[in-house]
Amino acid sequence: MSIDREQVQKVAHLARLQLTPDEETQFTTQLNDILDYFEQLSELDTSQVEPTTRAIDTVNVTRVDQLQSTAVREQILDCAPDRDGEFFRVPQILND
Amino acid sequence: MTSAAPAKTQYEAVIGLETHCQLSTETKIFSTSSTQFGGDPNTNIDPVCMGLPGTLPVLNQKVLEYAVKAGLALNCQIAPYSKFDRKQYFYPDLPKNYQISQYDLPIAEHGWLEIELDDEAGSLVRKRIGITRLHMEEDAGKLVHGGGDRLSGSTYSLVDYNRAGIPLVEIVSEPDLRSGTEAAEYARELRRIMRYLGVSDGNMQEGSLRCDVNISVRPVGTEAFGTKVEIKNMNSFNAIERAINYEIERQTAAVEAGEPIYQETRLWEEGAQRTISMRMKEGSSDYRYFPEPDLGPIQVSSQQLEAWRTELPELPAQKRQRYEQDLGLSPYDARVLTDDRAMTEYFEAAIATGANAKQAANWLMGDISAYLNTEKAAITDIALTPQTLAEMIGLIDDSTISTKIAKDILPDLLAQGGSAKDLVERKGLIQMSDPAVLEAEIEQVIAAHPDELEKYRAGKTKLLGFFVGQVMKRTGGRADPKLTNQLLAKKLNG
Repeated sequence: MSIDREQVQKVAHLARLQLTPDEETQFTTQLNDILDYFEQLSELDTSQVEPTTRAIDTVNVTRVDQLQSTAVREQILDCAPDRDGEFFRVPQILND
Repeated sequence: MTSAAPAKTQYEAVIGLETHCQLSTETKIFSTSSTQFGGDPNTNIDPVCMGLPGTLPVLNQKVLEYAVKAGLALNCQIAPYSKFDRKQYFYPDLPKNYQISQYDLPIAEHGWLEIELDDEAGSLVRKRIGITRLHMEEDAGKLVHGGGDRLSGSTYSLVDYNRAGIPLVEIVSEPDLRSGTEAAEYARELRRIMRYLGVSDGNMQEGSLRCDVNISVRPVGTEAFGTKVEIKNMNSFNAIERAINYEIERQTAAVEAGEPIYQETRLWEEGAQRTISMRMKEGSSDYRYFPEPDLGPIQVSSQQLEAWRTELPELPAQKRQRYEQDLGLSPYDARVLTDDRAMTEYFEAAIATGANAKQAANWLMGDISAYLNTEKAAITDIALTPQTLAEMIGLIDDSTISTKIAKDILPDLLAQGGSAKDLVERKGLIQMSDPAVLEAEIEQVIAAHPDELEKYRAGKTKLLGFFVGQVMKRTGGRADPKLTNQLLAKKLNG
């Protein structure tokens, strides 16, 4: 076991997820299963392999600094759970 | 037995700055929407900066170029291999719930810049301030709080994402600063460098340059840092200085009183001239960075790096030094003139056409700057060309006109342009330097003021000034002042 219930609660809090005690138990088990599964990789000898953060060998993918309007403002605003004219509207941020 | 009272402990501040600087690109860092300031809310948004499903960010190549140039100008080492990371937190100004930033492999590290300060005796002191790192990241949106001007008390908020995805560089200094003055000067120099490079307009009112301050106090002579407090919300260099001075006093008083200093973020309140504690949710600063999977790494080749290095202009510190050493300007003059790159270009164009450097500097910092201030104009707006300024200085040098006449014709030249010499001839303002002609004028003046002459000869020699004034009046200011003084003195003394 490499992840405990407390860590699950912390991650859930950071991700703004509300878990029931049953779900906490369930996810603690499942996350550990996933970690155990990945643990199999450590059987490989990687001492001679350069660390990398990605599997695809591409670098310097860039674009020119050129304006291109997408004209989808209305659609994007309409996607929001709540809009207020030209703005996105969000609930109260601080609870006093 | 007597013993001296223990000396009162002296405290010093340890200050570092985190500066966010908006890069002057046309489009956002990872998408093609405009970066224009002041548009209607949510007009410059697109699926990428809003993090809609199925979209893919692509790095704007100008952002990379500008960040590398800024890094080079700050004497940094440019990373041969760099990448982007996701910084995750929940706040409504962040549409994706993560900010694309750089974590452990920033584009530039280990640099420095040099600031110039006056010490207590008024002499120039230079200090090198370390730059820990410079990295690229995207800006967040802007919140407008409903049902109240401030966040607390608002019942809802409105969000404008025009700024989301605007390219920034974050520049982190070493904790090398010791006072509000040093910190403000560091920020000014940073802005000068960015403006010289043309990579940022550095406009603090529009949020193109934002400084967060980390500050702690400790007894002088100790090594360990005190508890660090972050201050935000200063929107001028003066505000940075005042917020730091306030915070030094507050923290020093707390330490002396044995009160704890909390590690927290405080907001500078411009109206009340104080910092206030900002309530922060505990545990929310766990950003869980991980490598951004949607963006490939960056490798700046040595050829590319050298190509960009050759495009760097002469920077403010180099210019200050050259103006002092090669042109003989005072450190003060060099500092004032080099504050604005356009001003230095004007100055250099004027001396390239033969103007005396010291005189050109005086005209630019004196009458011309005064005119620019009154007219709220930039040096690039005036009709007076650097060549004409050089011409005018030449006319003073060869005694064609006096400095007084030059000052009189300057407003015309500033507003209308044209040749200084033509204007002087057209207005009949050429200086009278022929002794015979001047003597005739002087005799007329003396003859017209017998009483004053008597008093002068009775010992009231201060009246020389009166006579000089009268000669100037008679000649419409055209009399050569030096010669007039000489000739007058001779005549008056009989």
